[in-house]
Amino acid sequence: MSTTLQEQIASPERGVKKNYLNADHTIASWLLTTDHKRIAVLYLVSISIMFFIGSIAAAFVRFELTSPYGQWLTSEQYNKMFTAHGVVMIFFFLIPSVPAVLGNFVLPMAIGARDLAFPRLNLLSWYFFVIAAVLMLATLAMGGIDTGWTFYTPLSSLYSDTQVTMALVAAFIAGFSSIFTGLNFVATVHKMRAPGMTWFRMPLFVWGSYATSLVILLGTPVVAITLLLVLFERVFKIGIFSPELGGDPVLFQHMFWFYSHPAVYIMILPAMGVVSELFACFSRRRVFGYEFVAFSSLGIASLGFLVWGHHMFLSSQSVFQGVVFSLLSFMVAIPSAVKAFNWTVTLYKGSVHLTTPMIYALAFLGLFLIGGLTGLYLASMDTDVHLTGTYFIVAHFHYVMVGGGILGFLGGLHFWWPKMFGRMYSEFWGRLSALIVFVGFNFTFFPQFMLGYLGMPRRYHLYAFAPEWQFYNVLSTAGATVLGVGFLLPAFYLTASLVKGKKAGPNPWGAKGLEWENADSPPITENFERIPIVTGQVYDYDAEEDSRLIRAELDDHERRDKAHLPGEH
Amino acid sequence: MNLFRGLPIYPEPASENALRYDLLFWTITLLSFFFFVLVGGLALYFVAKYRSGSNVVRSNPMDHHTGLEILWSGIPILLALAVFAWSTNNFVNHQRRMPKDALEVFVIGKRWMWHLQHMNGIRENNELHVPVGTPVKMTMISQDVIHAMYLPDFRAQFHVVPGRYTELHFTPTKVGRFKMLCAMHCGTKHSEMVGFVHVMEKAEFARWLENGGNRNIPVALDMKERGAQVWAEKNCGNCHGDSDNVRGPSLAGLMGSKRQMTDGTTVLADRTYVRDSITAPWRQITQGYRAEMPEYSNLTEPDILALTAFIESLTKPSGEAPADALSPRDKTRPLTSADDNVTDIANKYGKPVVGQQQLGGSRK
Ligand code: HEC
Ligand SMILES: [Cu+2]
Ligand SMILES: [Cu+2]
Repeated sequence: MSTTLQEQIASPERGVKKNYLNADHTIASWLLTTDHKRIAVLYLVSISIMFFIGSIAAAFVRFELTSPYGQWLTSEQYNKMFTAHGVVMIFFFLIPSVPAVLGNFVLPMAIGARDLAFPRLNLLSWYFFVIAAVLMLATLAMGGIDTGWTFYTPLSSLYSDTQVTMALVAAFIAGFSSIFTGLNFVATVHKMRAPGMTWFRMPLFVWGSYATSLVILLGTPVVAITLLLVLFERVFKIGIFSPELGGDPVLFQHMFWFYSHPAVYIMILPAMGVVSELFACFSRRRVFGYEFVAFSSLGIASLGFLVWGHHMFLSSQSVFQGVVFSLLSFMVAIPSAVKAFNWTVTLYKGSVHLTTPMIYALAFLGLFLIGGLTGLYLASMDTDVHLTGTYFIVAHFHYVMVGGGILGFLGGLHFWWPKMFGRMYSEFWGRLSALIVFVGFNFTFFPQFMLGYLGMPRRYHLYAFAPEWQFYNVLSTAGATVLGVGFLLPAFYLTASLVKGKKAGPNPWGAKGLEWENADSPPITENFERIPIVTGQVYDYDAEEDSRLIRAELDDHERRDKAHLPGEH
Repeated sequence: MNLFRGLPIYPEPASENALRYDLLFWTITLLSFFFFVLVGGLALYFVAKYRSGSNVVRSNPMDHHTGLEILWSGIPILLALAVFAWSTNNFVNHQRRMPKDALEVFVIGKRWMWHLQHMNGIRENNELHVPVGTPVKMTMISQDVIHAMYLPDFRAQFHVVPGRYTELHFTPTKVGRFKMLCAMHCGTKHSEMVGFVHVMEKAEFARWLENGGNRNIPVALDMKERGAQVWAEKNCGNCHGDSDNVRGPSLAGLMGSKRQMTDGTTVLADRTYVRDSITAPWRQITQGYRAEMPEYSNLTEPDILALTAFIESLTKPSGEAPADALSPRDKTRPLTSADDNVTDIANKYGKPVVGQQQLGGSRK
């Protein structure tokens, strides 16, 4: 391996350029790699498979709900479907998506490092992920679980006779996978920044990933312990959460949400970081209020730990507790609002390029606004009473986690794809599928707000007592079909781009940032020929200049066209 | 199926709290809408105006402005505090403040049904009868996992937890039938842990209590009267009127007449024919109609006999007779509102609405 490295550095021009992808072709070189970029690719493949599986479960759920009587499944099977959907999507797609794929690939390069601080820990993280994923899929194959991804006790500990034990073990292991990633990021950001890369020269994606890593480090151990306790109660009948055994069922909710609310930020903060990059690059502007946006990430990360009780207004926690949690929940909304305003104003006097990633960023903004604003209904105790436990919640968190998390991920994936694989994908298909996703998404989830307000509880299989809900359910399923197409398209055109996409070159977007300006596409195994020295500010774009160039180019075309048609004037 | 029929956009406001709730709900909606349009609109406007290459002034862009940051953090903070104060007041002083002299109901949640018990000992399963305009307070506990008592039309919900009592209250303002759901996933038949709250006029409720919580007073009905009762309960009159119409043929004068079938045969309308028409209407279709009549295969034999007797009494419309024969309800069902209970709905749809156990062990 080291010889190839030296070759790469010594003679980049001889024959086919060496890069991290063609440095070595053996399977072992992939499975034993410690290269953060290769691990990112491994993660990309694994989470894509999990996303596909999670989507199939979602399709079953949506199909069942087209009739008040259900379609194919028994209620037991239905419950297993939505649980599979939730567990797979949250633990095995959303949480690792941006950090483990985009973060892994981009973060070291963006701060001018050759790799993460602990490359072998990084590989171990992927192995833990794979073990957990395989275990979880085995759980599903062996009959699945029916508790919902929330594993509420005592349903999960004493009452469900499905494969809960194994699922808990899988989730526990998956937790460690993300702890390792978080640990790595924190150490890397602190210790491995290139000379001149001060904290306030770090791209906002790095800030977002850093904040996320702190949340992962502080939160994940708590949920891991919690799941372990459920397991003890389930297997050894030690009373912790079940009143029958002398436990307290509400305690579980406290411990679970102490992690799982921040987990929402694990899914959304890095996506916000991605979107900051996209807004800056494709408006050719420094992100407006860079410091505010950076600190808002940290604000969200820390306040995010103090609001878990908003999931429990009706759980029989004290009213006073509820008041405090409600107030804090309103406050955590403010930094998110600040970000939305700053992104919007970043467009002002920019030079906006409506590329595929930018369309995703704008779609993110729209959906995240709706997701955030509908959060107000749930932070507010009174309105929460009628909405909690209904489809309103389902719609809200899909707007945040899909509209925010997945769109951010897709935007970032399309942005860094040429960097990762050195090829451009079809802009036409890219833009088209971004639009399909946006439209399909709204048709899927907006009707669910209506259903929730009308009183349809989530996790309901049959609703024959309220056939008036069918219209919205059918609408939602129709939307989900469109959304599915939108999610499937990238699998095709991105794969196709690997073979016949045109060469991207080091910086196809004209973006600023070390990974674009100082590294090849795809980068060499060591990322940079020599460690870059940072002298300028972050996002050193010039929208005026950019637009002038583009106008000149347009004029040029016009002049040439005129030259071709001399008879015209 | 007509998907659009009665497409609802908001849940019925049927409790004293509902309007208070909806006012706040729609205020937040208005605020959200404003901010969504503001930010979204601005973003689109900027995108259009500052498309790369567009000929607009881009000089001196600022990339931070502390005043602006403070402004757009400050205004949302103030609005958030206002909504917080409003909502918290609603919650603390109304939702969670239990009324002093309320009608007490005790609720036991159990997979997968609701047991309810009134102070005077009347028990109900998956149904609750309460008087209109009176505060009702539920004291709830679960026998197994966590459930949530959810009354969407009353905008009321609270968890039902094992090992501890929780409370919930509402004051119904409308007579009628309202959903009573479990909103906390509790296992296999979670979505069948549903029932109804029947809100009755006060006097009616008093009589209901006196009658031991039974909706029907057992009076001796003659066959025709009982038939009319079933007719009304099953809404046969929806399709069968005084004269033939698009929905169904008139049954007046049916008995003993000759009927023309779509398959070309002629049939004498005797008791067996009427029975077949009710229990298996698709078998032979009356000329001029399609197989649109639902089959009522789960009617009991006595009810079918009674229906037949009632149909026999329907003579050709000669003036007054059938009209009041069709509304004997007042005499025979003095206690209930006109709405169906869980079992009735199951019959109407021909499929069970809720789990088998609920159907069996209905109200006492
Ligand atoms: C959805 C509308 C609808 C409802 C509700 C309905 N019917 Fe009918 N019924 C029809 C139609 C249409 C026909 C004629 C087609 C056929 O023979 O099935 C019919 C036919 C009949 C006939 C045979 C009449 C003839 O012309 O020979 C009888 C008897 C009858 N219905 C009784 C009942 C009774 C009793 C009920 C209530 C338990 C009922 N129907 C409810 C639509 C309805
Ligand atoms: Cu939360
Ligand atoms: Cu329940």
